[in-house]
Amino acid sequence: MFKRFKGFVNKEFYHIFRDKRSMIILFGMPIVQILLFGFAITNEINNVEVAILDKSADSETEVIINKINASPYFNIESEVQSEKEIGEVFRKGKVKAVLVFEKDFANNLQVLNQANVQVITDATDPNTANTISNYVQSILQHHSEEINLQNEVPYKVEVRSQMFYNPELKSVFNFVPGVMTVILMLVSAMMTSISITREKEQGTMEILLVSPLKPIQVVVGKVFPYIFLSVINAVIILLLGFVVFQVPVEGSLVLLALESVLFIITALSLGVLISTIAATQQAALMISLMGLMLPVILLSGFIFPISSMPVPLQVLSNIIPAKWFIIILKGIMLKGVGIAFLWKETLVLIAMALVFIGISVKKYKIRLE
Amino acid sequence: MKTIKYIVQKEIKQIMRNRGMLPIIFVMPLLQLIILSNAATFEVNNIRISYIDNDQTSISRELISKFEASEYFSVSEMYRSKKDADDALKKGEIDVVLDIPRYFERDLVRNKHNSLAVYLNAIDGAKAGVENVYLNQVVRDFNRKISLEIIQPEDKMLKQMNILSIPSFWYNETLNYKTFMVPGILVLLVTMLSLFLSGMNIVREKEIGTLEQINVTPIKKHQFIIGKLFPFWVLGMIILTVGLIIARLIFNVPIVGNIGLIYLFTAVYLLVILGMGLFISNYTDTQQQAMFIAWFFMVVFILMSGLFTPIESMPDWAQKITLLNPIRYFVEVIRMVMLKGSGLGDILWQFGVMSFFAVVLNALAVWSYRKTN
Amino acid sequence: MEKEKVVEVNELTKKFGDFTAVDHISFDVYKGEIFGFLGANGAGKTTAMKMLIGISNPTSGEARVSHFDVHHQAEEVKKNIGYMSQKFSMYDDLTIRENIKFFGGIYGLSRKHIKEKTANLIEELQLQEVADSLVGSLPLGWKQKLAFMVSLLHEPRIVFLDEPTGGVDPITRRQFWELIYAEANKGTTIFVTTHYMDEAEYCDRVSIMVEGKIEALDTPKKLKQSFKTDSMNGVFLKLARNVE
Repeated sequence: MFKRFKGFVNKEFYHIFRDKRSMIILFGMPIVQILLFGFAITNEINNVEVAILDKSADSETEVIINKINASPYFNIESEVQSEKEIGEVFRKGKVKAVLVFEKDFANNLQVLNQANVQVITDATDPNTANTISNYVQSILQHHSEEINLQNEVPYKVEVRSQMFYNPELKSVFNFVPGVMTVILMLVSAMMTSISITREKEQGTMEILLVSPLKPIQVVVGKVFPYIFLSVINAVIILLLGFVVFQVPVEGSLVLLALESVLFIITALSLGVLISTIAATQQAALMISLMGLMLPVILLSGFIFPISSMPVPLQVLSNIIPAKWFIIILKGIMLKGVGIAFLWKETLVLIAMALVFIGISVKKYKIRLE
Repeated sequence: MKTIKYIVQKEIKQIMRNRGMLPIIFVMPLLQLIILSNAATFEVNNIRISYIDNDQTSISRELISKFEASEYFSVSEMYRSKKDADDALKKGEIDVVLDIPRYFERDLVRNKHNSLAVYLNAIDGAKAGVENVYLNQVVRDFNRKISLEIIQPEDKMLKQMNILSIPSFWYNETLNYKTFMVPGILVLLVTMLSLFLSGMNIVREKEIGTLEQINVTPIKKHQFIIGKLFPFWVLGMIILTVGLIIARLIFNVPIVGNIGLIYLFTAVYLLVILGMGLFISNYTDTQQQAMFIAWFFMVVFILMSGLFTPIESMPDWAQKITLLNPIRYFVEVIRMVMLKGSGLGDILWQFGVMSFFAVVLNALAVWSYRKTN
Repeated sequence: MEKEKVVEVNELTKKFGDFTAVDHISFDVYKGEIFGFLGANGAGKTTAMKMLIGISNPTSGEARVSHFDVHHQAEEVKKNIGYMSQKFSMYDDLTIRENIKFFGGIYGLSRKHIKEKTANLIEELQLQEVADSLVGSLPLGWKQKLAFMVSLLHEPRIVFLDEPTGGVDPITRRQFWELIYAEANKGTTIFVTTHYMDEAEYCDRVSIMVEGKIEALDTPKKLKQSFKTDSMNGVFLKLARNVE
């Protein structure tokens, strides 16, 4: 019996590995993504193009403009001559902010003790706009403090912030667990759902089912190679993160491996579930790609913090397996915690896997009857 | 022309007849637009903060009440020891911990200067950065307040020269994230749907065996490709239309610019995506392969599109790569036209690039369709 | 009077890498003939046929179908041939009427013409009751008859049938061959591959392919005589043994 099963698994492996193009993508994908996230993609803001409308053009404004230009956040690219032109430069799309210095700036500062800079931002991207506004404000504040050096605030508490788990605030620390989750989720769910529906579509599933293999063995046999592939993927991602970007694994590697396998199994059972619902490969693909891609990217805390979402969505995010795995990964890799801190998340994943498998088995039986 | 009509009719019938697929094509993307647009926000609020108060004086309580008053923070009960706080951070129950030292008040009054340790969960570095900014604002406020309380205000304070920055947020005064995200997510959904459906299409006929039957007919290559492309082009336009209605009615996203311009651009853009899908479809042997490739490009395109993270923050070489990414152009254009009212003159560059891509990719699609091998 | 040659094959060869699937075959098929193209699985029948219908390029040699070169004038060839593959290839999710309309349209038939053809065809096959049901719901035998008729929509001079009767019962096979005879009587040339040896008896001439080469070509009667056996099956077995 076991020999037959082994033969079947070998056949599946053969099917998968023969397809070179898919192999290249399967293993190239995590590499490209990690490199992109590590080197290219960041939600920090720097090198923002800023234009100046300087109505006073005195020594004071010149100093401030130089300071702003010197900061890593901003590049002063151009000057505009009038308020009218601001709309024009924004509509062209390159300039994200315009600083407007009022008339008689230096004079106002000396005589009235106050001078105004209007910070006009293109708030179509509210995040960037808000951040630009904050940065400009802090540069101006800093400058004010310098020119007021003699009269400091008399009592002062200074904040010494300690950035836990990611002292250099590298965004790659946040993204590696996320990328790993998204890839494992989509590869596992998509590949299994397609490969099972494919057999259904081509009628070969019936042949397998009348063979002496038990249905459960057929499914496990189909799923097994993907566990293997997903594990390889996980290893590639972790190695790259560690070697290229120094993303650590503070906690136990064994626990990490076990949790990863658990998550892969959860994702695979979701794939099996999809394949019991979908009649054609096309439907399976659309469900696993269209249906899973955006929710997994957006609701898992991969890019957008869950705590920023409205409450109903925070509740909804609980049914996304990826959310729980990301928490587990960050816990083990960056916080270095053990199962004592993660048993809840682990149980959720186990429960999800059981539910997926349970529904699949039930659906499957109904169909056979 | 007539031949093309027959293919188009056939494709439309097949799409409409597939009961299992219809909800996936029409309902799922729009549902996602409605739900997920709410999720995509970097706004940081409700920062969960807690504290260890080793001092327990009026000054330390004053500091905590400052945080309680801030709209950004929600303060939870205090921890007895650093270890408890540490565990809470590790469990993820809390984002920030203030560690108020013993003799906080005494030292502050005596030395006029004191420091306060703050621990932040910095895994999401950007979020931690913002939290840190808010934190410092609260503490700066606190400094001013105690200075006023402890020593009476002198003229000194008033004499400070002050440069005031007056923020002004154009096109989106309330910094509403949805205004920004809804058009972008709509672009994604239209793109995904078109790419996946067209990517599966020809290869599906290959798998079923009907493609061979088509190949022994005298049909011309371009007729076949155009016939395949057209129904999905219409489909994309329909999804865009419904999406725009949802954006307007449910999310109240303004449409400042000319809506005709959006359609004009989408018309060309869809040709790019569909051409690419058909090219993938021709180049592969199974639907599985085709989708794998489509998925790969889709993920890279999404991440490099400037939709979720700003393109300007990328290094130069990465910014150059985004020039090859069609989604980047569409995201840019739909935001410019809808939110800022940019005109044809402003998007001429994007329009030119898309037209060029459309010609190249569709030529590739026709070329890669082999009736003979 | 010499009969018109509808198919002329001269030293046609197809190689996949080191493997020669079709090895310098030559033969002619005459107008109105039912030409049986026999061989075991993997003997190269389907590969050879794919070259003749213009969807596979020959490695060397040449072939003309309806006087057009299959390599350089493939699209002209396609206007003059019908094809029915061993893998049933109508659209399962279209109705009978819709399939006929689609393929008629692709071949450039006028709307009126398509209408007439549809009516005739449905009547001839007595499919009135199922004309508007999805093809996927029909029994295989009906599908195959339908596919055969659809391949004739544009009145080709020659029709290629690749194992047209695979998987159906003897009675349906019989009916299928009646359709073939009827068509041949109208002057259409029939080129058919099969591995049912009894079907070979129905052909005017048969060729037998073994390992990429044509080992025998004649009328069934003459073949049986020269191999001294009373059935085509016998001929086939003897040939196969010789090669081994």
